[in-house]
Amino acid sequence: MADTPILHSGMAGDKAPLLEVEGLKTYFRTNRGILKAVDGVSFTIDAGKTLGIVGESGSGKSVTVRSIMNLLPPTVTINAGGSVLHKGQSLRSLGKAQAKHFWGVEMAMIFQDPMTSLNPVMRIGRQISAGLRFHLGLSRREARQRSLELLDVVGVPEAERRLDEYPHQLSGGMRQRVTIAIALACQPGLLIADEPTTALDVTVQKQILDLLGHLQEEQGMGMILITHDLGVVAGRTEEVAVMYAGRIVEFADTQTLFADMRHPYTEALFESIPKIEHPSHTRLRAIAGRPPDLVDPPGHCAFAARCRYAQPRCLEEAPQLRHSDDPGHSFACHFPVGTPEGEEALAVNIARGATSAGLLLGDYDAKVMG
Amino acid sequence: MEASDSHPPQGTRALGGRAVRLGRHVANHNAVILLLPLGLGIILIGAVDSSLSDQLRWLMALVGWAAAFLGFRAIGRLNWGNDFDPGLWLAVGWVAIVVLAAVFADILPLAEAVDTVKALTEPSRKRPELFSRHPLGTDNQGLDILGGVIYGARISLQVSLLAVTVGIIVGGIAGTVAGYFRGIPDMIFGFITDSLLAFPPLVLLLAVVAAINPTVWTISLALALLGIPTMGRLARANTLTFAQREFVLAARSLGASRRRIIFRELIPNVVRPLLSYAFLIVALLIVAEASLSFLNVGISRPTPTWGNMIAAGQEKVKDHPHMVFVPGIVMFVTVYSINRIGDAARQRWDPREASL
Repeated sequence: MADTPILHSGMAGDKAPLLEVEGLKTYFRTNRGILKAVDGVSFTIDAGKTLGIVGESGSGKSVTVRSIMNLLPPTVTINAGGSVLHKGQSLRSLGKAQAKHFWGVEMAMIFQDPMTSLNPVMRIGRQISAGLRFHLGLSRREARQRSLELLDVVGVPEAERRLDEYPHQLSGGMRQRVTIAIALACQPGLLIADEPTTALDVTVQKQILDLLGHLQEEQGMGMILITHDLGVVAGRTEEVAVMYAGRIVEFADTQTLFADMRHPYTEALFESIPKIEHPSHTRLRAIAGRPPDLVDPPGHCAFAARCRYAQPRCLEEAPQLRHSDDPGHSFACHFPVGTPEGEEALAVNIARGATSAGLLLGDYDAKVMG
Repeated sequence: MEASDSHPPQGTRALGGRAVRLGRHVANHNAVILLLPLGLGIILIGAVDSSLSDQLRWLMALVGWAAAFLGFRAIGRLNWGNDFDPGLWLAVGWVAIVVLAAVFADILPLAEAVDTVKALTEPSRKRPELFSRHPLGTDNQGLDILGGVIYGARISLQVSLLAVTVGIIVGGIAGTVAGYFRGIPDMIFGFITDSLLAFPPLVLLLAVVAAINPTVWTISLALALLGIPTMGRLARANTLTFAQREFVLAARSLGASRRRIIFRELIPNVVRPLLSYAFLIVALLIVAEASLSFLNVGISRPTPTWGNMIAAGQEKVKDHPHMVFVPGIVMFVTVYSINRIGDAARQRWDPREASL
């Protein structure tokens, strides 16, 4: 792990950071062999800060946080290494007594699909108050009162009536507000939101993200926001980690990342966002190919096969995460975007119409190069 | 302006047309409704008037029954729309009658049906006669068959409900635990249920009953052995789907213990499909209990059960068919009705059936 610089979110005081993940490796036992879902991920996050984790499906972002939260199915999961420290204490060595009131109180999580993340046969009120009563020891009446306040906070109208309703009586957006209320019930120090808006339509998406940002600021929580959409993290997170094939390939504070991205994958993700200034019917630039098979990952750069910059070196040697001139910005690429090497690599590929990995480059690239 | 002027007459015409059609509809139904009292009347006359020939009385019962059914259906459709399912409500009515009779058997004015000493003065093998001391006749020893059928219903219901309750509780918990933990608990669960299901049910029952003294309680527990693997598998299958839902993950992320997840999150979800299948299992267990009594290894006389009443009458079935047919028909209609209700319940409550 010595070769992996520790990526640091926010200012580190004397205190241990809120969450410190180092060299996290999470593998799965599958019929085809060991699947390296997360392969050496490191980051830290401080109280009151938000970290965005971005990547396409299967890049390991959900597995990373579920591994942190101990939510993976124990029979097939291998904790292959790394450490997860919460305020300097290892989560892996949490005693039974400590663990009892840790989850939900110190750390809580919001899930992707509000249609399935609420228990269909339990009233909303009971679902919110369950944690309050168990963790904080509130009485039934106190818990109901607090649930009412929570529903108010997350913007559910007619909260009193909603408490006695079942999930199917609520719309998707309302349900996601309820799951947020449940997650925030015990005022956790760190909130993990795993694609909280993927299942919602766009207008509701914005409301929910604004609500999360607002609550996070108000309660001084740390937050990890997972998404496959770079557009979601823009303006909502302090720092962003871009994941690909179980590793972080670029890490920077959000402004730097958008202004000065280095990794071709980040660039490709960025180009796949529809831009308002484009004329309508502009074709979105998709990323060619598929993510690599994580049971048998390539020994070289995992993105090489889909990368417009790929050179012979990319097919021989896996790049390590390294700092740029800015110590808060690191990336894992031999030919980073926006550097002379990168420009040259792209020019060479465009000139011959294909990358070293055999990816054909179309008109678009030639036009971009002008 | 023009448009709004021309609208009202059109509307009235349309409304009027519909009213006429509705009216004809209503008139039709009104006529059909009369079939209900008519049919019941025919059945009653056929049942009471012993001067008529047997063939004619059977025919009257059949015709009367069909007429009454049509009348009943018409009334139902008029009040509750065309979705009204008369068969289902007849089934509900029958089961309600059987349950009430069984519950209040002790205060009903029934002739002696249990104690042969008290029935010494009664005529034996008397034919059914609706308005007499023995509406459904008597058996070899002069015991009242109506009373026997009602006390038998009590035993059938007690045994099958007790057995299905045990089956739901034991099978439900075991299946949920197996489905949630998978791994070794699931293997053990699978082995036990597969073994139980590998026996022909009657052979399994006979083996168990051979080792015990047959009472309501022991027979119930033996029958529960038939319900447990079915209920357990159903619970396991449902648990597998529910455990994948994110609410289980969400509960874990909030620090819920495994016990809490099983009892508070999963079981309330799993129990609904189990309950909707409970009817079908009850019907199955009633037949199983009767089979045991019939084979004289279940609950035996002096306690009357449908099975041992049929067994007692089978030798003389040619001369005195009522001794077999009365308990037999009662059992058939009861089991059929429960199955019918079970089907409706399953369509309504079982998520997999509902989504089809």
